[in-house]
Amino acid sequence: MNKERKIFLIVAAVLIVGSFLITTHMENRFYYKAAYVVLQYVVLATAWNILGGYTGYVNFGTAAFFAMGAYTAVALIKTWKPPLYVLLVTGGLVSGLLGLGIGYLTLRLRGVFFSIATLALAVVLQMIVSNWDYVGGGAGTAVLKPRSVPMFSNYDEFLFFVMAALAVVSVAIAWLIEKSWIGRGMAAIRDNEEAAECMGVPILKLKLFATTVSGALMGIAGAPFSYFVVYIEPTSAFHLDYAVNSLAMPMIGGTTTWLGPLVGAVLVGTAQQIATVTLSSEMNLLIVGSLLVGFVVFAPDGLVGLFGKVRARFAGKEA
Amino acid sequence: MAHSIVVDNVSAGYGAVRVLHGVSIEVNDGETVVLLGTNGNGKSTLIKCIMGIIQPDEGEIYLEADGERINLAGRNPEEIVNLGVALVPEGRRLFPRLTVEENLLLGAYREEARRGIDRNLAFAFEAFPVLAERKNQLAGSMSGGEQQMLAVARALMSAPKVLLVDEPSVGLAPILVSRVIAKIRELKEEYQLTVLMAEQNFNQAVKIADRGYIIVHGEIAFAGEDTEALAGHELVKKYYLGA
Repeated sequence: MNKERKIFLIVAAVLIVGSFLITTHMENRFYYKAAYVVLQYVVLATAWNILGGYTGYVNFGTAAFFAMGAYTAVALIKTWKPPLYVLLVTGGLVSGLLGLGIGYLTLRLRGVFFSIATLALAVVLQMIVSNWDYVGGGAGTAVLKPRSVPMFSNYDEFLFFVMAALAVVSVAIAWLIEKSWIGRGMAAIRDNEEAAECMGVPILKLKLFATTVSGALMGIAGAPFSYFVVYIEPTSAFHLDYAVNSLAMPMIGGTTTWLGPLVGAVLVGTAQQIATVTLSSEMNLLIVGSLLVGFVVFAPDGLVGLFGKVRARFAGKEA
Repeated sequence: MAHSIVVDNVSAGYGAVRVLHGVSIEVNDGETVVLLGTNGNGKSTLIKCIMGIIQPDEGEIYLEADGERINLAGRNPEEIVNLGVALVPEGRRLFPRLTVEENLLLGAYREEARRGIDRNLAFAFEAFPVLAERKNQLAGSMSGGEQQMLAVARALMSAPKVLLVDEPSVGLAPILVSRVIAKIRELKEEYQLTVLMAEQNFNQAVKIADRGYIIVHGEIAFAGEDTEALAGHELVKKYYLGA
């Protein structure tokens, strides 16, 4: 266990340093933009999976938590333009609180009813933001990026590095949760909530923990969004893409481990970026949709589960 | 180390439906008490009340531990597990898509139980060798009898003093029921447990019961001081012995 933790820490550190080194050597700005989007989905898919995959509560409101982080940042930028880390922390706090609140409100809802409630949350919040003039209302608002940032040649490279670090941190959080008693209790809730209650698993606390952590990570992913797109408006911040992708990526990768959403987000996210350039920007959801249908039918445990099955069959043959 | 359960005049139900009407029972330290009744008379509801899964509308439930009297009414299942009460739920309620070992570990979820987890896991595998063989198998893929054994082993993972067993015979072939009942008796002696077992299979239940209650329509219809008194009672004759 301890050795495993060391290896994980080393890999995480290497990845963060590696992504910094990339920024000192690579020029093409498109790659930073594309990589930022993929990494943002690594965070969103991992965050979604803590609630949806580990605990078994399917959240259709990713866009709400993401946009909450983004608009918290916009409001702060309009008032006193704090440094990025303040935006990240506040975005995470606000969306985390939103997650906690939604957890309390939807405690008695299960299955599809919980999902509908989260979808409704996204719709309601989009209405509110569309009518909030201070952050641009329905028409949106332009956000000026800081002109320069130390150690980086431009702000896009800096944002890429930040999102890479966030991706590493959120995967590490998911890994820690999965290997702990918290993750074990979440798995019990997912598998049989009544039985978990009989065993003395604190289901209420664990569910609230899951909604809070999942929401907070989504909010943190959303906080730098306005700097990234430069012009933010509610339709794009609350786009259905976020809900669909953050649900589809873990399902394609596999929902019961930390690796699943990572693999799913990298593969599907990259495929979408390639398709945007080579085919059309409208093809994205089509790709995700067909992949999702295929995986639900043929590999319900995702790529990670499929790999495990193939390996088990090989081992069986050898033995 | 005396542990007993006192249920005093408890009424409970689901929403507007009252299931229990002023039920009082006692389970003294080291006893095995059986709660007899056919389907729908309130056996499981009473067990759930003791476990804190349902809160009684009226009445008190006490756990007497080493001379201390602790009121269980108003506490949630987490606290009650911490106090040394464990449940083998009706219909087993395993975690079907988790492995046998994961199921057992979840039996020791509470902080107090985690400390002794290695020892208790070793005990569980020793008492149920079949579970050791299948520890990496998904619980849902085992046979009914093995699943019931796993449910019992999982409950014991929290090193309880009081074991509540809800209908261990449901869905099992008679020979497996006999094995499960024999196993519960064996474990009861080994761990010096106090056992309350709800059951509708009279012939199986009396094999290990010291005494019992017959529950009819949410009320205690008869309290038998020993198994002979139970076997001789007209309700048992009527419902179970076909006389």
